[in-house]
Amino acid sequence: MNPGLINTGKKLPMSRNQMLTFAAACIGLALLFVFDATFDSFTMQIFKLCAINIILALSLNLINGFTGLFSLGHAGFMAVGAYTCAILTMSPEQKEVNYVLQPIVPWLAHVQLPFLPGLLIGGFLAGFIGWLLGVISLRLRDDYLAIATLGFSEIIRVLLTNAQTVTNGALGLKGLPRFTTMWWAWGSAILITVFLVFLIKSSYGRAFKSIRDNEIAAESMGVDVFGMKVLSFTISSFLAGIAGGLLAHYLTTIDPKQFIFLKTFDILLIVVLGGVGSITGSVIAAIAVTISMEALRFLDGPLNLGFVATTGIPGLRMVFFSALLMVVVIYRQQGLMGKAEFSWDALARIGLLPRRGPKSGKGGR
Amino acid sequence: MDFQTFLQQFVNALSLGSLYALIAIGYTMVYGILRLINFAHGDIFMVGGYLAFYGVSTFLMPWWLAVIVAIALTTIFGVGLERVAYRPLRDSPRISIMISAIGASFLLENLAIVLFDARPKAFHVPEFFATNFILGGVHIASVSLVIPVVTAVILAVLLWVVHSTRVGMAMRAVSTDIEAARLMAIDVDRIVSITFAIGSALAAIGGIMYALKYPRLEPLMGIMPGLKCFIAAVIGGIGSIGGAVLGGLLLGIIELMTVAFLPELTGYKDAFAFVLLIVVLLVKPTGLLGKNQGEKV
Repeated sequence: MNPGLINTGKKLPMSRNQMLTFAAACIGLALLFVFDATFDSFTMQIFKLCAINIILALSLNLINGFTGLFSLGHAGFMAVGAYTCAILTMSPEQKEVNYVLQPIVPWLAHVQLPFLPGLLIGGFLAGFIGWLLGVISLRLRDDYLAIATLGFSEIIRVLLTNAQTVTNGALGLKGLPRFTTMWWAWGSAILITVFLVFLIKSSYGRAFKSIRDNEIAAESMGVDVFGMKVLSFTISSFLAGIAGGLLAHYLTTIDPKQFIFLKTFDILLIVVLGGVGSITGSVIAAIAVTISMEALRFLDGPLNLGFVATTGIPGLRMVFFSALLMVVVIYRQQGLMGKAEFSWDALARIGLLPRRGPKSGKGGR
Repeated sequence: MDFQTFLQQFVNALSLGSLYALIAIGYTMVYGILRLINFAHGDIFMVGGYLAFYGVSTFLMPWWLAVIVAIALTTIFGVGLERVAYRPLRDSPRISIMISAIGASFLLENLAIVLFDARPKAFHVPEFFATNFILGGVHIASVSLVIPVVTAVILAVLLWVVHSTRVGMAMRAVSTDIEAARLMAIDVDRIVSITFAIGSALAAIGGIMYALKYPRLEPLMGIMPGLKCFIAAVIGGIGSIGGAVLGGLLLGIIELMTVAFLPELTGYKDAFAFVLLIVVLLVKPTGLLGKNQGEKV
């Protein structure tokens, strides 16, 4: 329920929650301007990566958390988005530099699109492939679906490695323009977050969640289970493709090895830590994990704990994160947020905001 | 392609297939009992290979002793992994336990990078396995003969255990219905531990034989064989030991034969298994030898 509807008796143009949201949005926008002006380039790189990881985590959470389908194919869809966007936006001169072993196929050699169309086409292609694979594989459930989607993602990677005249094979693509500015990254992340919040609240979102909670009950209530699964899978692939395109022009070099299925596990880590089925959780966890991945880089270097000193163990950082994943799955399965979402009323309940009058107690569930 | 080349490829394919079969058995037994894809199985395979390596190179054991010690330690390790990572989640949703399995695999890989070093290590192959002999014009490394023989012996023992002993009967009971088995006074935890012990021992044997065949150890070496062997288990019909062997052999033969006869497809080698998996899942989801379990509402 929109709390604004309940408070109409007060004749306010906006409910308190709407005002708070509006204020938060303004502060957020102002912060982005401040960050854009003050961050040095290293901090800015991490800040942008936060946004890309938010998109990835949200898109994986849509399919795993909200629709209850365990898909492990995200790395593949990212790869499709990244490669499509990179090839479409690369200048013909740069293509000549890149394709040294075999020249690129003629129909792609002179294509050069601006970033937005490239990004969108990459997303749509990833979505289309997601739709196709969804139609094929969504009859499977649970672990079979997981292994089939993982298989698709590996097939995509093998195809990318071998399609020398289109993707430049194992050499990868270098010297992509640095299109992913802070505004692109955070703009897309915010847009996609808002889209997902509305999607989850809509009848589609309720259908997704009903499939997650009980597929048979959902079907008997008239939910088109298969169609909804395919829809969720397609949207999720589309978003992964967009994130892939952003990532390509953030890193400025891509090669097929980056999109090995272990990449999906990195995203899964974020989703599980944040809470499987919580948008708020994914956003917070994406930011926290991205920053701590950088902050904990010292673990890989020389350590001196007073009683033991090491001379740098590369990989210790990832041991920490994988151990964290295990601990969370075993001791706190709901992650940070469980299925809960952020709301102003929740803040009021835990005492961070003054409570509202008893009249409005029903709002914002 | 003459007959001799065919035979040569066939011998290679047979040994690779037997290796796949051995690892696939571990997947199929764990899946049969817990309905869990043990993603860490491939990493247990890696641990087995490394333990044998350290037994020989650091502790200077004779190779047969190093193999026995490695198998024993890997078995304990596998049982311990089930205790720590899977048992606390046995009554949780399947997605949780699968995430735990992925996390365990992730952790083992990263630990291996830290402990064993990311750089590949050369595995010392004892002379007995390295000798080549020529049979009817076909070059055979003795390891290529040892692998199918070991697999056949293990398969025979395993089938006997599963079908003719009390433990095997208990395993079959737990795999049919875990709750009913518990009501029949079967110690489910013990049976699960035994299953993991057998699976891990097989993974260790597989890992060591893999290292004998391809003498190069890497922390991530278990990933691809692990995935392929799971696929082999699915193709054969997951839960069925005979199916796992059939699937493993089939996968090994298809993989090597395709590369041998259609060399232009070599780059796509790692994708065959996945394509095959998807075809099987779509055409006959229960696998070649699997039983239809029906949908439980």
